[in-house]
Amino acid sequence: MDWRTSIPRLSGDVRAALADTLPVGAGMVPLGVAFGILVTQAGLAWWWTPVISGLVFAGSLEFLLLSLMIAAAPLATIALTTLLVNSRHVFYCLTFPLQQVPGRFGRLYARFALTDEAYALTTTPAAQGFSSRRILAMQVSMHGYWVAGGIIGALLGSVVPTLAGLDFALVGLFVVLAVDACRSGRDLAGGLLAVLSAVTAGLVAPGEMLLLAMSLFVALLALSTRLRAAAPRLRPVRA
Amino acid sequence: MPDAGYLIAAVALAAGITFALRALPFAVIEPLRASPLAAVLAARMPAGLLLILVVYLLRDTPAKAPPAAAATVVAVVLVAALHRWRANALLSVVSGTALYVVATNTVVH
Repeated sequence: MDWRTSIPRLSGDVRAALADTLPVGAGMVPLGVAFGILVTQAGLAWWWTPVISGLVFAGSLEFLLLSLMIAAAPLATIALTTLLVNSRHVFYCLTFPLQQVPGRFGRLYARFALTDEAYALTTTPAAQGFSSRRILAMQVSMHGYWVAGGIIGALLGSVVPTLAGLDFALVGLFVVLAVDACRSGRDLAGGLLAVLSAVTAGLVAPGEMLLLAMSLFVALLALSTRLRAAAPRLRPVRA
Repeated sequence: MPDAGYLIAAVALAAGITFALRALPFAVIEPLRASPLAAVLAARMPAGLLLILVVYLLRDTPAKAPPAAAATVVAVVLVAALHRWRANALLSVVSGTALYVVATNTVVH
């Protein structure tokens, strides 16, 4: 096939995917650079950065993993830490539009690259109708931002001065996505339950805050949904 | 530095468990997707999970020095307000980050 005829078709979905992930990239690249710097500072060869970031592809866990690896922590500790820190991902399958992705390899990759950011960007109702190519292009580009940031940090970290505070982009991104989700949901009770769960988990178990907060929130949400279903006259359930 | 065999095993474990946590729930959830409770949960969960992630990322803020904590709060409020107003993700994130970087490298020091 002539490549010129395939490019316009390709670029629509891929360009949309790049536009979707650009704000994420603004947060992921500086964070990846920070990770790469830590890897070489730990005394590991630079190529461990793309190996870890490429294969594990889970930002917060990778920082923890690196510190455990340097300390030569038992493999059982590494397994348990991974299990606890990344357990929150089990909730993401409820809304991630995997049904849009055909083909074994594509579905395998889509599951592998189901990060917080990939989940967050596909929570909108419109995302349920995204093409397979757009979904996979979003995930591949975020994978690329993360690995490229890591390589830059590992190779140039000691040479190039870094600007403090760039990592705020990730906070900003999640604030933006939360505002979007609140706008489409208009679910005040749900929002209050979420903040309550987060604050409670932060006070009770700061080390396992994310997992505890998300489990608590999902349990409370299921309970409140049941209660609403039992008393439908009080307030109609939005589905 | 630990030997290469240990490092490879550590990365393989972390990668394998992370993949399993992301992939296996689909097999469990797929049959449940049709249930009314799952539908309501799927509609109500994203906003809450994102709010939890935001609180998690900001968890160290109260312990920071007042100027640094103020910079974080102002930047977060700016991003949220700007995004409610213009609904342009890139504009909101870049503006908030620029404000935070400037504050961190000048005022806070």
